[in-house]
Parts: sequence; C-alpha cells; structure tokens
Amino acid sequence: MTDNPTGQLDEGALRALVPRVLAGMVRRGEDFDAAEDALQEALVEALRVWPERPPRDPAAWLATVATRRLVDARRSEAARHRREEETQAEPRPAATEEGDDTLFLLFCCCHPDLTPASQVALTLRAVGGLTTHEIADAFYVPEATMAQRISRAKRSLRGRRLDQPGDLAVVLRVLYLIYTAGHAGRVDLAAEAIRLARQLTLATGEPEARGLLALMLLNHARLPARFDPEGRIVTLDRQDRGLWDTREIAEGVRVLQSALAAQTEDRGPGRYQVEAAIAALHDDSPSAEETDWPQILAWYDDLVALSDDPIHQDPAAVLGRAVAVGHVLGADAGLRETDRLREVLGDRHRWHAVRGHLHELGGDLPAAAAAYSEAARRATSVAERDHLVRQAARARAV
Amino acid sequence: MPQFLLLKYYRGGPEQHHPFPPMDQWDPEDVEAHLAFLRHVTELLKENGEYVEHQALTPERTWVRYGGPDAAPVTTDGPLPETSDLVAGWWKVDVESRERAVELAAYTSSEPGPGGGPLYEWIDVREVMSGSTSGD
Repeated sequence: MTDNPTGQLDEGALRALVPRVLAGMVRRGEDFDAAEDALQEALVEALRVWPERPPRDPAAWLATVATRRLVDARRSEAARHRREEETQAEPRPAATEEGDDTLFLLFCCCHPDLTPASQVALTLRAVGGLTTHEIADAFYVPEATMAQRISRAKRSLRGRRLDQPGDLAVVLRVLYLIYTAGHAGRVDLAAEAIRLARQLTLATGEPEARGLLALMLLNHARLPARFDPEGRIVTLDRQDRGLWDTREIAEGVRVLQSALAAQTEDRGPGRYQVEAAIAALHDDSPSAEETDWPQILAWYDDLVALSDDPIHQDPAAVLGRAVAVGHVLGADAGLRETDRLREVLGDRHRWHAVRGHLHELGGDLPAAAAAYSEAARRATSVAERDHLVRQAARARAV
Repeated sequence: MPQFLLLKYYRGGPEQHHPFPPMDQWDPEDVEAHLAFLRHVTELLKENGEYVEHQALTPERTWVRYGGPDAAPVTTDGPLPETSDLVAGWWKVDVESRERAVELAAYTSSEPGPGGGPLYEWIDVREVMSGSTSGD
C-alpha cells in the first residue's frame, strides 16, 4: 500500500475495522477460521481497490467482500466476476458494538488452550489485521512457519465454544508479550500492542486493562532515550530525560490515575497498575539522583505481595525490588535480597546484571566487573551482551 | 520466541553412547531410513510452525586468518587432531522454550542408525542471540 501511486489509504484506520467485521461474521455463525481467512483476502482487496474507489461504508464493504469470499470458497467457483461485484458492494451498515467485538475476538485469539506463540500470532492477525508476512518478519521466522502456526491455532479452536467470556488475564499477558517483543521488520510491535491495549480499554472497564495501557505508555515514553545513536543501550540512570516523550507520559499518568481511582476497599490495584505506578515514578523524576526510591520500594512491596510465593511465582518482581532495596537501605541489603533468588534466577543474565549494579552502587568495582562478566556470558540478545561487556570493562578500568 | 540451533557433528562432542561406523559403511537401506528420518524431522518442524531453516555443511574445512599488511591470508586445513569438533549441519528452530529445543534435539537423536535402531547421536543445542531490541 505504501508504494501505491494512485491514492493514499490510512492503513491503521483500515486495520482498526478488523475486529468489528470479523466478530460480526463469527457471531452470524461463520466459522472463525474460514471467516478470518476470508477477511484477510478482503483486506488485501481493499488496499487494491479503495485508493481509486473509496467505499461509503468501509466496514460494511469489508464484511460483504469477506462474506462473498466465504461463499465463493464454499462453492469453489471461479473468481472471474469478483472484481465487478466488489466495486459495487455497498450494503447496509450493521449495528454492532465495537468494544464488545474487540473483546470477543481477543478472547477467541487468547484462548487459554493455545500456546503463547499462537495467541500472539493469532491476535496480531485477527485483531490487529496484520498480514502473516508482517508477523513473520517481526518474529524473524519464515512466512510459511508463521502461516502454519496461525492455521494450527485456528484449527485447535475449531469446535470450541467461542461465545463464553474468556480469560482477561490471558489477554493482558498476550498484549504485554507483544509489547515486549519489541521492534523488528516493518512492524513496530510495541506501538501495535499499545494500539490493541487502547482498544481493549474501550471494550472493558476493568482497571487492569487500563493499568496495562498505562504501563506500556510510561515505558514506551522512554524509548527514544534508551539507545544512543550507535544503537548502544543507555541505562535509566544515564538517559537524557529531555528525550522522553512527555505527551506519552502525561497520557500514561492520566490512564493510570483513572485505573487507580476505580479500585475498591476490598480489591487493590493489580500487577499492571503497580508496575505502571513504578514506571510513573521513574518518569516523574527530573534526574536519576532525585528518584523517589522509598516510594518505588513501597510499590514493589505491593507487587511482591500479590503472589503467595513471589520467589517462584514472580522472581522478576523480587529482583526489581532488590534494586529498590539497594537504593533505599544500601547495596548490601539489596545484594542480600538477590541471594534469595540465586536458585531460581542464578543462571539468568538479569540476576547477574542487577548484582553488578548493586556492587557498583556499594563501591565494590572488582565484584561489579565480575558480575557484569557473568551477566554478559548469559545474555540472550546482542545489544544486551555488548552493553554488559562494556559495563564489565568500565568497572575494571576505574 | 527464542531460537536455537540443533547442531549435528561429523565428529567431536561427548563420547558416543553407542559407537557406530561412518555412514558410508552402512547398509544402503539403513542409509535410506536415516536420511528419510532427517527429512521427516524437517517436515515435522514445518508442520509445528517451529521451523526457521536447516543447512548441511561439507566436511571440508579451511582455517583462515589475516596474514598481516601486504601479506596473503594464512590458511591451513591442519594439522588438527582427529577428535576436533566438526559441524555437519543444523536445524534452526523457533520455539517456546529451551526445554522444547532439548525435546526436539532428543527426538532428532533417535534417528535410525545401522540395523535400524536409534543412533543416540549427541546433538548440540545452542541459543541464537536475538537481534531485536526489547520494548520493556
């Protein structure tokens, strides 16, 4: 579409129609699998036809063309007359509630029986409206592999009841997985996750959905400062805070506040709201030195208290808390907190990197260098490995 | 999702669980069964949506290094001990976890050897470093 010479088409707006159209088809009794395929074909057709002949009602156009595709597929008729039919397709707009549709489809795609990889792929295609090629690109796998993953996922949904309320916790986890998958190829997955989370908050009043959106916005706001022009990682304490996206921070804080305001006495904020609150405190701080660590530690206490057995159920939260403990009560106290995680996280690079940071905080540079080296040896991404090697070299050189 | 190489070796690695002669000394039908199994592994990975690529390497090896200014590169193909590791090829897979990669490697290692029984070949599982920049 981007190199279409004949007209401009807002691809984002087109993709935003997908949940409504697909949910409408499934609700009418069409098979999810076949309807999703047919709608993908209709989207491709829309990109081709709309620049010259924009439809009066885009959603209705898509629904009509996709439904014809379904019928065609059933009859397995020649496709000769499709084009003429499509350019004339202008049916009545169907009255549907957009929010419900998004939620309904997210529950389908994030069915608890699917593997996380399948949930992510299906969500990006059926709710996000991305093509298989784009999704494959973003995850560094061949298109055929991603196509197979999607069709297997759809097959395993066949025959399952999709009209039951799904598991919102799974939906939130899938959207967060998409967010953290980062950026590769043509598609910015973090931006896509934010778009989907925003749609979700329109569909449900659940405060945790808003908590998730706030968390994404508040972290995403720092993205421009997270890498230097050479692509090197810049840690939070060294980032140029002038590069942070203040508009995104403001929105994140607003969304978080509305989520927290919706809490009741007997039900405190969930994990995404707590993590968003921690991110907001970092974003709020004019400099690294002025970070409100006691307040951050208090939120980490809440986060850890959400699990019965945080060491095993949420070790990342315990590790994050150890950093806060180090800043509030001293490096040794922080290191003691990390000791409790040795068995669970001792072979992960993050555990060693945090210990490096705490040793450095306490002024023990040889120990910091050793910990950074251990972390570098275990890093699973090139940028992180290089960053940790530099940290080790820097600590040794002082 | 993490990606892993499942590496096969011409030689090297831990001591063979079950010593076997080089493949060119096997019965032809055993060779066929073995190669058919390897194709089947590739097909299985594709069916699962876990396949990224597979490659085979010739056993010819040339070590090369910079020779210094105005000098030709220095090359050698030896002398190397017969036991030095020599990679034969790999599957690259995209899977949920390291545990899944290990499971696939173990299945690969059950490939039929001479006489049709499993080969118990050692497979080297290596995680590929991701080049993406995480959004978290």
